[in-house]
Amino acid sequence: MLSIKDLHASVDGKTILNGLSLTVNPGEVHAIMGPNGSGKSTLGHVLAGRPGYEAISGSVEFLGQNLLELETEERAHLGLFLAFQYPVEIPGVSNMEFLKASVDAARKERGEPALDAVTFMKMAREASKIVDLDPAFLKRGVNEGFSGGEKKRNELMQMMLLEPKLAIMDETDSGLDIDALQVVANGVNSMRNKDRSFILVTHYQRLLNFIEPDFVHVLSGGKIVRSGDKSLALELEERGYAWVADEVA
Amino acid sequence: MGEFLQHSLDTAAKQAPAWLSDVLSNGRRRWEASRWPDRKTEQWKYTSLQALQQEYHAADTSAQLPDDMTLPQLAGNRLVFVDGNYSAELSHCDSHIDVVRFQDASAEQAERIREHLGTALNGEQHIFAALNDAALQDGLLLDIPADTIIDEPLQLVWFSSQCSAAFNINQRTLVLAGKHSRAEIIEQFISADGSQAFTNGITELILADNAALAYLRLHEERRQATHIGGVHALLARDSRLDAFHMALGSDLKRLDLVVQYVGPGAHCDLNGIYLPRGKEHIDYHTCIEHAVAHCSTDEAFRGIISDEATAVFNGRIHIHENAQKTRAELSNKNLLTSDQATVNSKPELEIYADDVQCAHGATVAQLDETSLHYLRTRGVPKDEAEVMLSFGFINELVDNIGNESVRNYLRPLLAQQFSADPDLTRHLV
Repeated sequence: MLSIKDLHASVDGKTILNGLSLTVNPGEVHAIMGPNGSGKSTLGHVLAGRPGYEAISGSVEFLGQNLLELETEERAHLGLFLAFQYPVEIPGVSNMEFLKASVDAARKERGEPALDAVTFMKMAREASKIVDLDPAFLKRGVNEGFSGGEKKRNELMQMMLLEPKLAIMDETDSGLDIDALQVVANGVNSMRNKDRSFILVTHYQRLLNFIEPDFVHVLSGGKIVRSGDKSLALELEERGYAWVADEVA
Repeated sequence: MGEFLQHSLDTAAKQAPAWLSDVLSNGRRRWEASRWPDRKTEQWKYTSLQALQQEYHAADTSAQLPDDMTLPQLAGNRLVFVDGNYSAELSHCDSHIDVVRFQDASAEQAERIREHLGTALNGEQHIFAALNDAALQDGLLLDIPADTIIDEPLQLVWFSSQCSAAFNINQRTLVLAGKHSRAEIIEQFISADGSQAFTNGITELILADNAALAYLRLHEERRQATHIGGVHALLARDSRLDAFHMALGSDLKRLDLVVQYVGPGAHCDLNGIYLPRGKEHIDYHTCIEHAVAHCSTDEAFRGIISDEATAVFNGRIHIHENAQKTRAELSNKNLLTSDQATVNSKPELEIYADDVQCAHGATVAQLDETSLHYLRTRGVPKDEAEVMLSFGFINELVDNIGNESVRNYLRPLLAQQFSADPDLTRHLV
């Protein structure tokens, strides 16, 4: 599904990713862990095509296409979803209309007609129930005045409505209390199936108690320095990140 | 316009009701004593009156609304004026607001008009207000009785017709909001395609103690239909004015919005949006006179300036020496969607009292890249995302309008401003 080979990337001219390689097959859940500044968030932004985040060399293939050549919205239409660590507040643009614009755009690419307002409203209300977000939030501006946890749940709701093939969750667990974390984990778990893959970028092992990954990778200095199964995450929790870096050095 | 104007002021002086004659002669004296503003006049530094330099003719008094045009109905009670003349056929009103045309005023009503007319105006400062006085053949009194709550808004539509030559319209509205009254008034200015009307419009809002008035003024004159005028408000003790202004562009629009607090405890919410495009020009000058203590102002104006259009926003807040405990906030944000678009934004604070809270901010920016990217990561195409963000920028103020039918009317109208392609605007309204 996703094949990243020897990816080097820079942010505003500064090299952050240094030869990162990663293969994700359909249905797999990969956790990417690492200390601050290791390039975790950069990976997500490069894959989503954020301006200022530039791939210098290497390749990224997603569902048989050269991902790096596509516009941001084209990546989304192919089935790539990035849940932001810091979702943007857009006052004046209603959350409902934003969600509908997203879903309609994806449907249009698939050759399906736009949903009528009533059907969509029903879908959105159901999704908001699953992520435990008051439906009143649908009428507010996008993320406007939402708490940190509400923003994360709003991201999750978008993911549910867009049904991506690959979802990258960028520190979706950061700043969540245990109840909110449970809600997010349940949402992700309910979306897991043999065709849909996830990349969970996280700073804390805690998330992986709720969402069991197939693979755990440690990112350091802009590349993956160690990979393993979920037991690697436990080891990291116990011993910190320093030993991995030391071992590599 | 000089020679024609001379003639039209002579005609007005002959046709106006006798009891108004001193208002006209006073206005004319002030008008003639004033210097025609040019770029060296501070108040007119960024607004050229070039668009008025053409030949004007008398308006055709038999003008009608074109058959293929319907005027928006934003309230159950609507009064329509075609080129300044009342149209009974298009109007319907059974409001508890006492509606009186100056021409029809009884002796008692005339006395009431004379008592208040011009009291909110500083005609020495506003030369087009002086012109309005000088040309005052007729006007409209909206008298809101004391202790009355009027739920149904009253809508006034000032329609200017298509005409083979340029002509001028003198619009004058006097609103008297009685003690403890509550009401809502919408004034709307609409031009026919090809209208070359120059409207000189003045509305005075005089709020008695504890009166609450919602006032919405929508300028939809397009192309060669120009407008210079303003709204001048006097707020007595504990009164509250909720004002919303909107201007779509045309060759020239200049609006002076003046609020004077004359009693303590009064509050004004003053919001507005302006959206010139093409080569259009819109100028809002606001002036808040905090002359007494314990009053508050929340003012927010936003503009989206496209193509080669220009906008001016000048926001003055004057806190007089004894206006202690004043709270005043002013925000002006502008979005430029093209390299050739221009805005001149100037907050002007003059504070002479020492125990006040006062804040102001002005910004000029382009669309936020991060927001644009966020929408695109969700699959929204770039052009649609740009339209959504532009719309969102002004929709924040539209969301604050209390009247739902006005919100529902404005959203599609504003959406159209950003794109003629319905595919790009379908998620806005």
